[in-house]
Amino acid sequence: MNHGRWKLYTFLGLGLAFLYLPVLLLIIYSFNESRLVTVWTGFSTQWYRELMQNRQLLEAAWLSVRIAATNATFAVILGTLAANALVRHGRFRGRTGFQLLLTAPLVMPEVITGLSLLLLFVTLEDLVGWPNGRGFTTITIAHITFSMAYVAVVVRSRLSQMDRSLEEAAMDLGARPLRVYLSITLPLIAPALLAGWLLAFTLSLDDLVISSFVAGPGSTTLPMVVYSSVRMGVSPQINALASIVVLIVAVAVCIAGFSLRQRSAGANSPPRA
Amino acid sequence: MHKLLAKLRLRDRHLARLVNIGAPYLWLGLFFLLPFAIVLHISLAETALAQPPYTSLWEWVDDGILQIRLNLQNFSTVFHDELYLAAFLNSLGVALVGTVLCLLIGYPMAYAIATAPERWRVVLLMLIILPFWTSFLIRVYAWISILKPNGLLNHLLMGLGVIDAPLTLLHTQTAIYIGVVYSYLPFMILPLYANLTRLDFSLLEAAADLGCRPFKAFLKVTLPLSLPGLVAGSMLVFIPVVGEFVIPDLLGGPDNLMIGNMLWTEFFGNKDWPLAAALTLSLLGLLVAPFVLMQRLERRIEGEPS
Repeated sequence: MNHGRWKLYTFLGLGLAFLYLPVLLLIIYSFNESRLVTVWTGFSTQWYRELMQNRQLLEAAWLSVRIAATNATFAVILGTLAANALVRHGRFRGRTGFQLLLTAPLVMPEVITGLSLLLLFVTLEDLVGWPNGRGFTTITIAHITFSMAYVAVVVRSRLSQMDRSLEEAAMDLGARPLRVYLSITLPLIAPALLAGWLLAFTLSLDDLVISSFVAGPGSTTLPMVVYSSVRMGVSPQINALASIVVLIVAVAVCIAGFSLRQRSAGANSPPRA
Repeated sequence: MHKLLAKLRLRDRHLARLVNIGAPYLWLGLFFLLPFAIVLHISLAETALAQPPYTSLWEWVDDGILQIRLNLQNFSTVFHDELYLAAFLNSLGVALVGTVLCLLIGYPMAYAIATAPERWRVVLLMLIILPFWTSFLIRVYAWISILKPNGLLNHLLMGLGVIDAPLTLLHTQTAIYIGVVYSYLPFMILPLYANLTRLDFSLLEAAADLGCRPFKAFLKVTLPLSLPGLVAGSMLVFIPVVGEFVIPDLLGGPDNLMIGNMLWTEFFGNKDWPLAAALTLSLLGLLVAPFVLMQRLERRIEGEPS
């Protein structure tokens, strides 16, 4: 290996250290005895115990998990339909607009999406009486709107790599398209569906800005509790909570990643973000 | 019999097409496109002490006369108030510097991964993707305890004897840049990597055989060929950073306001919905050009056989 390569790998190592060190420190200091997050005084799990008794926080966490799961399920359905449209229906009329609409929420600053959705909900309530108040439903709808694009990206890349001969065989044997889709296509793209579900779940669990706009009184999600606590200053309880969230997300992402890698090991193209 | 089956299939196909295209279209139309029409509507209203806190644009004054009042005051405030102008400029500046920093750090990383041995690539890529999905808020929060005056970095630097007094790092522009690079680096690396793995490296060998120096070969061959990935990554960083709220709010100080903060304050603090709506539309207008550029590129990449 030549000199240039070593320099390149050292740089990569430093870059990865930069990405991981802060989170690692955060986890380490969640086990610190002292309330001061920056001085190490001894090992303790007291912040985790306190966390488990924080009712407000636990309630917010439960709400967030319910929203995330509902969001992920709907996002997978809509995202898969969108991926079908892009891969299977070729150059349909309005395809450009369709793609534009699908990718715009991916990069749209969250303040824009949040504010505009809130104004929609307020206006709709004024005009037709729905949604009656804001909370679970409005937050979930907002999350589905941006998560489905991520699902579509993941499912689309899987769908376009798929071997279609099995589907054709089933068609030749007289199976109707819906039947073919349900019993052949879906099992084949299942890893992408799982990955998409998990990614949509973690995206929703993480969202602060959009939720803050479309939440109503009494529907405080976990990131909203974390944010208001963080604004007061650093607290070891938040470190403990953050460590748990990081662990959950890391497990989810690893499962998603490996289920995508499975069976597609030969086709080595990553999903385009 | 055969004909019937064919007819049935055709009907099925039409139905599938309708559902596949129609359902996502309908959802996004209702919950993504329609809201902007409403934002436009409200940006032309006036604030009022009411629920919701803005006036109606139209009113029946007399029999058969509909009066429409369009209030352009909000936009004129946004464009003429120096506070907003400063926030817009600061947002663009932060996004620009952040994008360049991500590029300078992300390009060598993406290149290293793309040229690493096959079996390492999956693991390395996973290592890049993992933090990208790990709670954004928590990753920004992690930097607070590092950058604080009595934080970990100052402790370390004073312990090593590099500095005598703690540096002011938190609530500065520097802290915002660190937060932006930290949070958005994976967005830069992923498209660059996707682009670089498809690069034909035999071109570089050819250049070397013809006596081209490695650095010159990079400038003449690798860089131009990786331009689509480079632009895609840059847009994925630039566009969301312009409207960033969490990073300037938690890591920046009162002098480093970005447009996302202004919008948030107008809305939640001052309850001035029409002004917040006008700010939203101005921000959106600013982002149309980079977004269109990204879309065009996407289509060009798609057009290519990969």
